[in-house]
Amino acid sequence: MRPGLRRLLPVAAPGLALMLWALGGAVLFHASLPAGQGAGLVSALGPALQANGAILFGWWLAGAALAGWWAARLHARHVEGPARLADAARLLTDNADAPRLEAASPPALAALADAVNRLADQRQALRTDMARLVAEAQQKVAQERDQLGALMAELRQSVVVCNLDGRILLYNDHARGLFHRVSGGQLAGGAEAIGLGRSIHGVIDRALIEHARETVDRHIARGDTAVSAQFVTTTATGSLLHVVLAPVRSQGGAISGYVLLLDDITQDYAAQSRRDRRLTELTEASRASLANMGAALDMLDYPDLEPAERDGFHAIVRDEVAAMGQRLAAMTADASQEILTRWPLQEMLGDDLLAAAAQHVLAQTGRVAKVESAEEGLWLRLDSFSLIQALGALAGQLKGPQGMPSLTLRLAPAATPGWAHLDLVWPLDPAAPAAGGDTGVQSAARDIAERHGGELWLEQDRPAGLSFFRFLLPTAAAGPEAEALEARPEFYDFDLFAASDSSRSLDDQPLERLSYTVFDTETTGLNPAQGDEIIQIGALRILNGKLLRGERFDQLVDPGREIPPESIPYHGIHPEMVQGQPRIAEVLPAFHAYASDTVLVGHNVAFDMRFLQLKEAATGLRFDQPVLDTLLLASIAQPHEPSHSLEAIAARLGVEITQRHNALSDALVTAEVFLRLLPLLKARGVVTLGQAREAAEHSYYARLRY
Amino acid sequence: MTDRVLIADDEPNIVVSLSFMLKREGYEVLVAPDGTQALAMIRGERPRLVLLDAAMPGMSGFEVCEAVRADPELSGIRILMLTAKGRDTDIARGMGAGADAYVTKPFSTRDLIVRIREMLA
Repeated sequence: MRPGLRRLLPVAAPGLALMLWALGGAVLFHASLPAGQGAGLVSALGPALQANGAILFGWWLAGAALAGWWAARLHARHVEGPARLADAARLLTDNADAPRLEAASPPALAALADAVNRLADQRQALRTDMARLVAEAQQKVAQERDQLGALMAELRQSVVVCNLDGRILLYNDHARGLFHRVSGGQLAGGAEAIGLGRSIHGVIDRALIEHARETVDRHIARGDTAVSAQFVTTTATGSLLHVVLAPVRSQGGAISGYVLLLDDITQDYAAQSRRDRRLTELTEASRASLANMGAALDMLDYPDLEPAERDGFHAIVRDEVAAMGQRLAAMTADASQEILTRWPLQEMLGDDLLAAAAQHVLAQTGRVAKVESAEEGLWLRLDSFSLIQALGALAGQLKGPQGMPSLTLRLAPAATPGWAHLDLVWPLDPAAPAAGGDTGVQSAARDIAERHGGELWLEQDRPAGLSFFRFLLPTAAAGPEAEALEARPEFYDFDLFAASDSSRSLDDQPLERLSYTVFDTETTGLNPAQGDEIIQIGALRILNGKLLRGERFDQLVDPGREIPPESIPYHGIHPEMVQGQPRIAEVLPAFHAYASDTVLVGHNVAFDMRFLQLKEAATGLRFDQPVLDTLLLASIAQPHEPSHSLEAIAARLGVEITQRHNALSDALVTAEVFLRLLPLLKARGVVTLGQAREAAEHSYYARLRY
Repeated sequence: MTDRVLIADDEPNIVVSLSFMLKREGYEVLVAPDGTQALAMIRGERPRLVLLDAAMPGMSGFEVCEAVRADPELSGIRILMLTAKGRDTDIARGMGAGADAYVTKPFSTRDLIVRIREMLA
């Protein structure tokens, strides 16, 4: 029934009833009279009714209006009031934090509301207690998970864990960085190539992973102890990834997922082939040179050469000797560079190295070493462990008859760019010249210096009265790339182990088990068909009922047209903010990838979808996944509420709004509203995606709007 | 009649010695500085023997060898590959392409001349 009619009926009903009752009485009275009297009555009353019937009608109308007004009030008090109360009470059953019921006007209802509120209070207290107990129990589990998460984050190797469907349920920062690099840098909007719940097949060919899984299955079937499989794959940007795939097995032995260990071997591989190539070139060039010299020398053995011929053969030998010398020099220069790249050196801040070395020297010699750093923020490329050990051993060697001399550790940039001096300094003692020749300790330390491509020597600074061991060490351009992350991102979701969606169609799946992309757009205006354009897209993903705050999509878009000044108060985006931002043709592919395999959610999403659909022809990207609208879902969950604006729903459901009309913060509010609508929908029998879509299609607002 | 020998090599430093030696041995010497010219001279001059370097600009020695062996009219020509490419795989390729002998650099001129005499006997 339409709401208008529903309102009108209680108002009109009493008047109609009064008329029917009076008519019924008249008909009954008329029927009970003998035939003659009845006819007489009608003939007597007829003219009187015609003349003064208006009085009767007016009387009835007044009565009907009075009764109608009365009935409307009663309806509002006893029907609408209780219905609202029931809605609010239902909200309370699902969400203990929802606002308490307001006291309604009839005292009985007010008492009822009061009783419900008290029950709700009690339940909330009970739930708080329960929640505390559950939280305590969960804390331990969470701690273990966090420890695992922290361990993963610290690993220098890239790790990704997937369930049997290939959906990612854990990855570490290194993996994120690796895919970031090999997928050609940041996509628009901060979207990454991998994310929780996304498919690994998006970045690694499905066939390769399946082949590796078969290999693993074969290993297991044979009862091998080592059951991992490995393969090398190329990425779109031409990088080479070495992948080790190992199964995750529960205690029963059933496989629930796979761990992938990834290595970007592009550089190693390139270096290896470069080395091989250089070796071959050198070998062949040397062979040719030797042959040339050998043949020329053989010719010189002929006794009857003309002087010019003799000179010619001599010139050949000299020429080849010079060429071989040059090749050797080039090879040596390359090789020292090669040592640098081959030994696993890490980047370290010079001051950190000095502090660690001083600590080690103290432990070795019992002597506090003074620390001098000539340049702050000097980064070195080091094998820090071996180097610090070497410094400790060198210091330990300095103990003379007078005990340990005072020590200083000194770091300064060298005159040659790209190098630094690390000195172990002690006062020059003329009586006991420092040990001449390499001791065992010194030659071990020299090996370590050479491993860095550097050197080690003993130097005397007589004017200053100092002796020192000097390490020549390579510097690094800057520290390792700092990762600035606003929030601690969610890198794992173990609930995905249990998820297997391949067997069921999307429509049959429960709403809380699906992955969603909740998004919002800001636009230059309301009419995409008349040239209005998207200027911002903000989105977040929901996975297994959890909002992933770390994997957000937030991108300003250059609309390629002016932004109407009158629209600025609605989105707060000024023309200079979109200058230099990517165009929609670059942003949409990134957003499309970000939203792939998920259900789209938005508030009044038909508006945003119109903008996306109008770009389909230009970009060739179709957003053909299922779409849910929180506006429609709210109207299903709370049909008696007058307003379903995002603010109103958020206020009713206790979602805090920090900043409206910013695409990302609106998407955040929409996502939280959506999560709180899910239990309300469930209470109304809307459980699966199919049911939600069906209900939305038939909702009042949907019919109004489409 | 003197036998004609073609030296196909892009390095003048070896060509000078080889041609001096072969001339003294009484052969008529032709020289080609790259693979393409070598093939043209083989077709035009019909030398009895080719001393063929493997790594040359244009056509490589291997390719020249393959082209000669693919041409039935050139079947009588003997090919000695004289090259710095000394890996087993290189030797296999040279022999597979149809070289009659494969000599890696550096080599002994005395052994080489013996080899050449045998091949032209």
